[in-house]
Amino acid sequence: MSSPEQWTRPEPGAGPAATAAEPTPEQVIAGLRATTEGGTELTQLLNPEGERLASPRFDPYVADIDAEALRGLYKDMVLVRRADRESNAMQRQGQLGIWVPLLGQEAAQIGSGRALQPQDMAFPSYREHGVAYARGVDFRELLGIFRCSDHGGWDFKRHGFHPYTIVIGNQVLNATGYAMGQKFEGKVGDDDGEATIVYFGDGATSQGDVHEGFVWAAVYDAPVVFFCQNNQWAISEPTERQSRLPLYQRARGYGFEGIRVDGNDVLGCLAVSRWALEECRRGNGPVLIEAFTYRMDAHTTTDDPTRYRLSDELEVWKHKDPIERVRAHLARTGGADQAFFDDVQAEADRFAAELRDFCFNMPDPPPERIFSEVYADPSPQLDAQREEYLSYLSGFAEAGGH
Amino acid sequence: MAAPTQSRVESPATQVQQLTIGKALNQGLRAAMEADKKVIVMGEDVGKLGGVFRITDGLQKDFGEHRVLDTPLAESGIIGTAVGLAVRGFRPVCEIQFEGFIFPGFDQISSQLAKLHYRTQGKIKVPIVIRVPFGGGIGAVEHHSESPESLFAHTPGLRVVSCSNPVDAYWMLRQAIASDDPVLFFEPKRLYHSGALKAPVDPSATPEPLYTSKVLRRGDTATLVAYGPSVKVCLDAATAAEEDGMSLDVIDLRTLSPLDLGPVFESVRRTGRLVTVSESSGESSIASEIAARVQQECFYSLEAPVLRVTGFDTPYPPSKLEEHFLPDLDRVLHAVDRALAW
Ligand SMILES: Cc1ncc(C[n+]2csc(CCOP(=O)(O)OP(=O)(O)O)c2C)c(N)n1
Repeated sequence: MSSPEQWTRPEPGAGPAATAAEPTPEQVIAGLRATTEGGTELTQLLNPEGERLASPRFDPYVADIDAEALRGLYKDMVLVRRADRESNAMQRQGQLGIWVPLLGQEAAQIGSGRALQPQDMAFPSYREHGVAYARGVDFRELLGIFRCSDHGGWDFKRHGFHPYTIVIGNQVLNATGYAMGQKFEGKVGDDDGEATIVYFGDGATSQGDVHEGFVWAAVYDAPVVFFCQNNQWAISEPTERQSRLPLYQRARGYGFEGIRVDGNDVLGCLAVSRWALEECRRGNGPVLIEAFTYRMDAHTTTDDPTRYRLSDELEVWKHKDPIERVRAHLARTGGADQAFFDDVQAEADRFAAELRDFCFNMPDPPPERIFSEVYADPSPQLDAQREEYLSYLSGFAEAGGH
Repeated sequence: MAAPTQSRVESPATQVQQLTIGKALNQGLRAAMEADKKVIVMGEDVGKLGGVFRITDGLQKDFGEHRVLDTPLAESGIIGTAVGLAVRGFRPVCEIQFEGFIFPGFDQISSQLAKLHYRTQGKIKVPIVIRVPFGGGIGAVEHHSESPESLFAHTPGLRVVSCSNPVDAYWMLRQAIASDDPVLFFEPKRLYHSGALKAPVDPSATPEPLYTSKVLRRGDTATLVAYGPSVKVCLDAATAAEEDGMSLDVIDLRTLSPLDLGPVFESVRRTGRLVTVSESSGESSIASEIAARVQQECFYSLEAPVLRVTGFDTPYPPSKLEEHFLPDLDRVLHAVDRALAW
């Protein structure tokens, strides 16, 4: 439904008329085909059947990925998916205010996240739980955000993982500025240089900030990889509501390279991201990567996708599952046996149980948290406001509880 | 100050219905679209999904994709193109998904929307309504619970209004759409689907003028002034105060720019005490403006300083703490007590 090079508008009068609510069968089929293939320029190293495809350009970037490394990527994805499903369930049980599912996007996130070096910086949007995991952020730290007891408390510098950003597109300019800083400080130019990666969705590409980020990055040769996870939908709006061109092709207009990778192929995402980061490290950036993937669950737990998308589409994408294809490949090549898969599953279950335990016991923050760290310098007015409010609260305690 | 002209609204005679605020807004949009084919609705997810709050539910189905536009995901784009459409003769009603996302569009609002009429000495009219779900109390993540209305009230050229009940939701929206001025329409999102607030909406009634405040409850101990979601808090506080032998005036401001403070002055002259209530931070806010104007007009009637019960002067906290941040019945009554003790 979202590869505009193949998505053709039916001529008026051709076939039964479409309405907003009901596309014609032709539209459905055209849409599904587009969604399935991702276009002729799709980079893919591991296809949905789990077969390894040769890529002269990108194979060198994953030459070190032996069976053990692949098992590692598999385990990453299984753990992250399990944590995502557990968090989704905890939202349903009232333990989290909201959850933003990553189901289906594990390969895009683990592939790109594992391509990063410790010295790199990642700027996420709000769905990048897999990248957070790859950057060593404790998954439990993410839960506070969605339980609404915290805005995100990890050590951003140590993990090279910026706070989540909810305002669509904002972080793209912030990342570009950060990358400009890397460049200005001379950290670009050799293979050990630094790079920045920024994550955003297909919907975000319509925002002015994203356009401006592309302009700035191009003008200053900023070492930034723009990583667009095209999961086909921006809440209810399909990609063709944002663009007439495949998104990766936009890069050309800004004067840098754009590439489309199968976002459900962890090897492909790893290879393409490593390549793009290397381009940036060497001073040949920026680069736009469009990871062509699919959001398998609702936009968030408050969303109702049955109102706007076809279940057929979902069914087709199930066959392209990012985890299943690695599993098939490992099984076929003898890279892993059943015991390995069972162990990973057991570990994922333990991980989920820990998360659940943590979440259920997470304390609410104290009221003084409202006033803390609003400013870097002392604020006598705010201090007075805090004192006044705390003394108001203590009045209730004296009166025998609130 | 000359009273702003009120555009007349023709209403299709339909039946009186018991509606929530959300449903009343939906019906108001529908009636406005039926009455004037230049009225179009635009925003993110307003079509098939019916908006994330379902306020535009069913409109695209009935009016088509060219009158209910699922726009690309860009607020500057939504408002900037709405300005162009308005110049062309349309009456766009823009939905901003959550108030915290209006800022990418702030440039278009403040640089173009607010100034075009003035700049062209009235040759260009920009009859745009920007609907903004606002306020806290829904347990949301960042950017989903803010109260930025003062920023817009501070911007000359814009009208800013806020409704607190289904009847006003219906009529104020219709009047705002009929108005030739740009109107920022702040909707109390946490009350959208409140069954307790359901009220009969009569589409053939004659509405209150748009830019007027309204006395909801008469009393003589002190005056409470609020708008949007805080109106209900004040009404509940007044009910509770009655048990303690106090009778409170409750005024729903309804219009934030222009402010209609006549009823407030009248009330304060009787009660001598004023407490203003709103969820936004207090510093440099609507509440501050009211305090300044009331002390100017009612100086000799005041028995106590005007007190403000507002959100704190901090960013909106993680929502596990919003019960502390948001003015509640206890904080309002505490302020009334302080005013009385002066
Ligand atoms: C500036 C802004 N406008 C609106 C929203 C509300 N909103 C949250 S997510 C979303 C859709 C984003 O779609 P996309 O960029 O494709 O990312 P995805 O969620 O699909 O990963 C919208 C409209 C927002 N967060 N920020």
